[in-house]
Amino acid sequence: MIDLSTKYLGLELSSPLVCSSSPMMQDIDNIRRMEDAGAAAVVLHSLFEEQITLESQDLDRNLFHGAESYAEATSYFPDMATYNIGPDAYLEHIRKAKAAVKIPVIASLNGISSGGWIGWAKRMEEAGADALELNTYFMPTDLDVSGSQLEEMYLELVRDVKRSVSIPVAVKLSSFFSSIPNFCASLDQIGADGLVLFNRFYQPDFDLEALEVVPRLELSSPQELLLRLHWIAVMYGRLNADMAVTGGVHGATDVVKSMMSGAKVAMMTSAVLHHGIDHIAAVRHELAQWLETHEYESIVQMQGSMSQRKVAEPAAFERANYMKVLRSGAWSHR
Amino acid sequence: MRPRVTLDGNEAAATVAYMASEVIAIYPITPASPMGELADKWAAQERPNIWGSVPRVVEMQSEGGAAGAVHGALQTGALTTTFTASQGLLLMIPNMYKIAGELTPAVIHIAARSLATHALSIFCDHSDVMSARGTGFGMLFGNSVQEAADMALVAHAATLEARVPFLNIFDGFRTSHEVNTVELPTADDVRALLDEARIQSHRARALRPEAPVIRGTAQNPDVFFQAREACNPYYAAAADIVQETMDRLAGRLGRSYRLFEYVGAPDAERVIVMMGSGAGAAEEAVERLVAEGEKVGLVKVRLFRPFSVKHLLAALPPTTKAISVLDRTKEPGAPGEPLYLDIVAGLARAFGEGAAPFASFPRIVGGRYGLSSKEFTPAMVKGVFDALNEDPAVHDFVIGIEDDVTKRSLSYDPTWSTENADTVRAVFFGLGSDGTVGANKNSVKIIGEDTDNNAQGYFVYDSKKSGSMTVSHLRFGPRPINSTYLIEQAGFVACHQFTFVERVDLLDRAAPGATFLLNSPFPKEEVWNHLPARMQRQILDKKITMHVIDADSLAQEVGMGRRINTIMQVCFFALSGVLPRDAAIERIKASIVKTYGKLGEAIVKMNINAVDQALSHLAEVDVSGAEVNGFVIPPLVGDDAPAFVRDVTSVMMDNAGDSLPVSAMPVDGTFPVGTTQFEKRNVTNEIPAWDADICIQCGKCVMVCPHAVIRAKVIAPEALADAPPTFKTTKPRWKGMTDQAYSLQVAPEDCTGCSLCVEVCPVKNKSEPRLRALNMVPQEPLRDSERENWNFFLKQPEVGRDLLDFQKVKDTQLLQPLFEFSGACAGCGETPYIKLVTQLFGDRMVVANATGCSSIYGGNLPTTPWTTNAKGRGPAWANSLFEDNAEFGIGMRLSIDKQTEYARELVQRLASDIGQELADAVLAADQSDEKGINAQRERVDALRAALADVETGPARDLKALADTLVKKSVWIIGGDGWAYDIGYGGLDHVLASGQDVNILVLDTEVYSNTGGQASKATPRAAVAKFAANGKPQAKKDLGMIAMAYGDVYVARIAMGADDKQTVKALLEAEAWPGPSLVIAYSHCIAHGYDLKDGLKQQDLAVKSGHWPLFRYNPMRNEAGENPFTLDSKAPSVPLKDYIYNETRYTMLVRSKPEAAKQLLDDASGDVSARWSKYAFLAGQTGTKAEGK
Repeated sequence: MIDLSTKYLGLELSSPLVCSSSPMMQDIDNIRRMEDAGAAAVVLHSLFEEQITLESQDLDRNLFHGAESYAEATSYFPDMATYNIGPDAYLEHIRKAKAAVKIPVIASLNGISSGGWIGWAKRMEEAGADALELNTYFMPTDLDVSGSQLEEMYLELVRDVKRSVSIPVAVKLSSFFSSIPNFCASLDQIGADGLVLFNRFYQPDFDLEALEVVPRLELSSPQELLLRLHWIAVMYGRLNADMAVTGGVHGATDVVKSMMSGAKVAMMTSAVLHHGIDHIAAVRHELAQWLETHEYESIVQMQGSMSQRKVAEPAAFERANYMKVLRSGAWSHR
Repeated sequence: MRPRVTLDGNEAAATVAYMASEVIAIYPITPASPMGELADKWAAQERPNIWGSVPRVVEMQSEGGAAGAVHGALQTGALTTTFTASQGLLLMIPNMYKIAGELTPAVIHIAARSLATHALSIFCDHSDVMSARGTGFGMLFGNSVQEAADMALVAHAATLEARVPFLNIFDGFRTSHEVNTVELPTADDVRALLDEARIQSHRARALRPEAPVIRGTAQNPDVFFQAREACNPYYAAAADIVQETMDRLAGRLGRSYRLFEYVGAPDAERVIVMMGSGAGAAEEAVERLVAEGEKVGLVKVRLFRPFSVKHLLAALPPTTKAISVLDRTKEPGAPGEPLYLDIVAGLARAFGEGAAPFASFPRIVGGRYGLSSKEFTPAMVKGVFDALNEDPAVHDFVIGIEDDVTKRSLSYDPTWSTENADTVRAVFFGLGSDGTVGANKNSVKIIGEDTDNNAQGYFVYDSKKSGSMTVSHLRFGPRPINSTYLIEQAGFVACHQFTFVERVDLLDRAAPGATFLLNSPFPKEEVWNHLPARMQRQILDKKITMHVIDADSLAQEVGMGRRINTIMQVCFFALSGVLPRDAAIERIKASIVKTYGKLGEAIVKMNINAVDQALSHLAEVDVSGAEVNGFVIPPLVGDDAPAFVRDVTSVMMDNAGDSLPVSAMPVDGTFPVGTTQFEKRNVTNEIPAWDADICIQCGKCVMVCPHAVIRAKVIAPEALADAPPTFKTTKPRWKGMTDQAYSLQVAPEDCTGCSLCVEVCPVKNKSEPRLRALNMVPQEPLRDSERENWNFFLKQPEVGRDLLDFQKVKDTQLLQPLFEFSGACAGCGETPYIKLVTQLFGDRMVVANATGCSSIYGGNLPTTPWTTNAKGRGPAWANSLFEDNAEFGIGMRLSIDKQTEYARELVQRLASDIGQELADAVLAADQSDEKGINAQRERVDALRAALADVETGPARDLKALADTLVKKSVWIIGGDGWAYDIGYGGLDHVLASGQDVNILVLDTEVYSNTGGQASKATPRAAVAKFAANGKPQAKKDLGMIAMAYGDVYVARIAMGADDKQTVKALLEAEAWPGPSLVIAYSHCIAHGYDLKDGLKQQDLAVKSGHWPLFRYNPMRNEAGENPFTLDSKAPSVPLKDYIYNETRYTMLVRSKPEAAKQLLDDASGDVSARWSKYAFLAGQTGTKAEGK
């Protein structure tokens, strides 16, 4: 019997297949179907820092705009006893998800500034989240903010969140750091339980007719996997934090590669969006078959096997490989 | 001990009414609307009445409907109430006669308000309740916020025993909206006072099949009279029952009341008798005068009906020699006002019967005060007492105004004051949008509920909906505060907007040695030099201490935008010393958590941050050694303004209307038009600036501007020689005009800064796409130059109407608007339609306007927006009522048509005098287009000239009526509250009449003017007051109903989705010689989003299928074509993508997500169903196509 189980953030998972954070998670039915299809855990859609403040500000502004200005209409809306501002609804969603499935439910908090909203992390824990994924998606546009300042901001945020909860905290990062290993090591040192590599960089597009900048979201492609594999392989065995691949995991071989690089789990969204939730079952089946065919007994057995520390050619992960590629003309085949 | 709470009179009365009722029928009307809103809110929150059950609250279509529902509910046994005022009470009167005639226990709570006569007024007097005094309802007056609650309880309790229904009356605004510290009866109190046995008796009288009776018979001369007299014993007993109930209340709550309550010297010789809030001011004056040794007193009338002479006599001191009865109403032609006549009759009878305690019959005079919330002060009361000393007696006087026509006014010394030294008095000037009133209400609550002090807040708003000024009057002190008048000598004055230093005489109300807090963009060292000389002089003369804070910058910094409320509140507490500084700040913070907590932590933090930062920005201005060197405030209007504007309108604009004498006023409510042009309000910091190089001259910005401040003209190039240096033009994009100059000009001082023009602009600057052909820029640097440009622009002649193609939007926007600079909200969605109609038909248009937003921004003084063209022609406008507008308009049509008919007959009869050829031409004129209308105008001029010397009766008639020979366009304009609800019966009748009227419904899907109550136009899933859980029913399809008649032109339009269709529909509607109904989607402040996005929302409303555009043109029917044209495409956007941009929908998602989801599903179903229906209709072939 092939053992697909793995351990991520201290959670015992039946397989390394985790559904990553996406809008699909807004529907409890989808989460239930993911469990049925063999997902070992789910990361809920993100609660955005901006959502928390923006919703409050919008409500405040719109409810009171025009109020107390004219004798006949000192207000325009009935006074509701309570408002279910974003976070409340999100906490309720955690509760419902927990009630609906047996697999671990990882809540996701997306933000950048350290502040009062971090209190929501605690409330997510109280709502039953098994772990927390902290998504630190930030687009620096300020010429005066240096990389080190930015990194310090992230670290402070993680410290704050770690202080406020007792469940494991994973940090989801972008790949835009000067020294990924160094920064990951810093996160590791302050107690991040997991590192999720990497966030996808959503680049806006131009609408040439309307002369407007428009958001554009394209699903990930398997090519994106290589970047993740590289850095996980480099860092494997040197950090305490568990690592997770996210971005570019589409099929069973992608999962295998992820595991071999040293990840504890491989997260999928694009493939599930593209093929449907049943795709998870297919990948799980293929994964088991691959292990069987290649005579692996367990996932644990292959985890980190292709990391920089364990391969025959560690230089493949370093500058030497760069030169090798250039010389070989491998780039021209793409 | 019952908790002390600070709340207003409406909430005080509604709290008791709600506890004591099972069924509550409601309908909005100012100033009573909040009572219904509270009842609806509490029911939505499932708050129980005293029997542990949630009252059934239902909104009706009018007050008439509410009264009918109340009557029915009472007949079947439920304890029932309603709330109303003014015209609403008038609509209830027929049912009130029935309810009283059937001896039914019931209470109606009234926030008393003026009736519309020569003008509408939302403010207080007793003309409404006095109109109901014949109904048989008992009438109880509460004179303060506390009494509004206590008399409510007395009314609910006494009615059960007396079987006489009651009005619980308190003064609109002065009491209904005054916030004061009171002690509310608890549920146990209400339970204790409402006699259970009497409740069971009421139920036992209910109509029920188990023990059927019949009520409402028709009676004949044989018995009606006797039966009418049969109720007498009940009325005879009622007064004693009310007094006993008051005594029971006193026993339980410790507050004692008398039917006629006397205060003053026991041996008074001069006594004032009055009722309502004015008694508060009168009592203060009496206390002071008695202390000074005067023998004066006051009788406060609490029970006016049934009128108990016995109790009146008991109240009046036997020493009384002279009585002045003050009525807050006017009955033209009567020998005196109602209370006066009752006092005279009562005393005369008592004297005749030897029952009066006086040695001789006292002198009794009557007078009027306080109409439409005219201030009534202790100084005036003293004036009334002084007049009682005069010989001969002054009868039928007025106090508080100068009547220089019939010389009825009493003089008084306005400086005489009774304000207590131990009361803190503070006055705050703010803008509606800056949160001043909200902060002050909060301060009153903090002081009233968290300290041993009593607190009072009263708030005055101006007549405009955009950029409106608010004045808050706050009193705090150890004693109960019953000063029912505005503060005249304030120890603290705060100005929250720097622009007011020029606009308003802020320090007129400042007491010597007062503290003045100014929100100033200038630091303490510089501010002095930016003040007008008037203010500088007041500061020095009154030895005022001045402090400044740049609250706007700080508010921006902490993310609060224009809301400076919290910052200024902290400064107030810090400077006024009402509370120790730290304690005040702690309480403000606690209150912030309480108020904003439910809106999320971000808002709480933002406000707390503002509190923390405020004090460090506050600075005292050193005025020692300062000299008066400031600027002199220029006159509000120039010498070129018409005399009436100069002498009268400008005084009102200067907040000095109180000083105008009777002679300044038109005798019949008729005012000149076109006066908003003289009121330069400068309410915005940003105005649009035109980029002539990229403008495509589409006219969309001109069309959508709610305040007609962007205009386009094509100007002769030679005129440009005199143009100001910065006046911009470009080459016109009209064939045949390319050799002239196109100008797009902004009125810088009239713009409200809504940005709709920028949002609608379809072009973008190719090098910098954030820029369009119009871009918002700071107003101040451009004010002078653009003012000059605007004045030059106005002097240029308009483009000839007959040169333009009215089917083209861009052409219509070269037409002069005859509706400009109204007081509508910034970004209003209604006014662009009205303005467009005036562009198309304004110079031959008569308007019947339903009461509502459009009658307020269209007709609220001091200045009004309907105006004239260079020839002096323009829309003639009138507002009758809310409920009767369609009928009002058809009356205009019938009148005009009759006069036209008679004029045509006269033309035939006088053909020989006129000349046969001209007479024939006049009678045969084709007036279907501008050319034809102009030609007819010329013929009418010729006709008048021909008849100039003919002095026969018929010739004089024809000369008087000749203008009716030119085609007139009758427009009936109103909102959805009128068209869908209260006026629907009349509207339906007019639609069925076949008459040539054009009905424009400005559909905001809610009662906008009264503050956002649901109408039948409110869509399913939208939250509104009276629909706090989201409206469960679908929007009424008024268009479909009208189409059913077949001969009614019907269109549904939305300018933001298709402006071409809008223009087309209005032209077709006007051209159709029968009734036309155009329903216009009007975005509104009550929808809850930034109105600069109004047009986007209109577009989404159409694209989502919520608002399909169509035209039903009976003319096509006559041509054998399908009359129904669907002008918009099948829904292409999910409904939620439209509605969830608006707070009216999202607030339900936030508060009740499950219900919101269900309602969204249902509303989406409505969209599909409606679309299928419309698509089916549009797919039908006309009779012609079918070969019939």
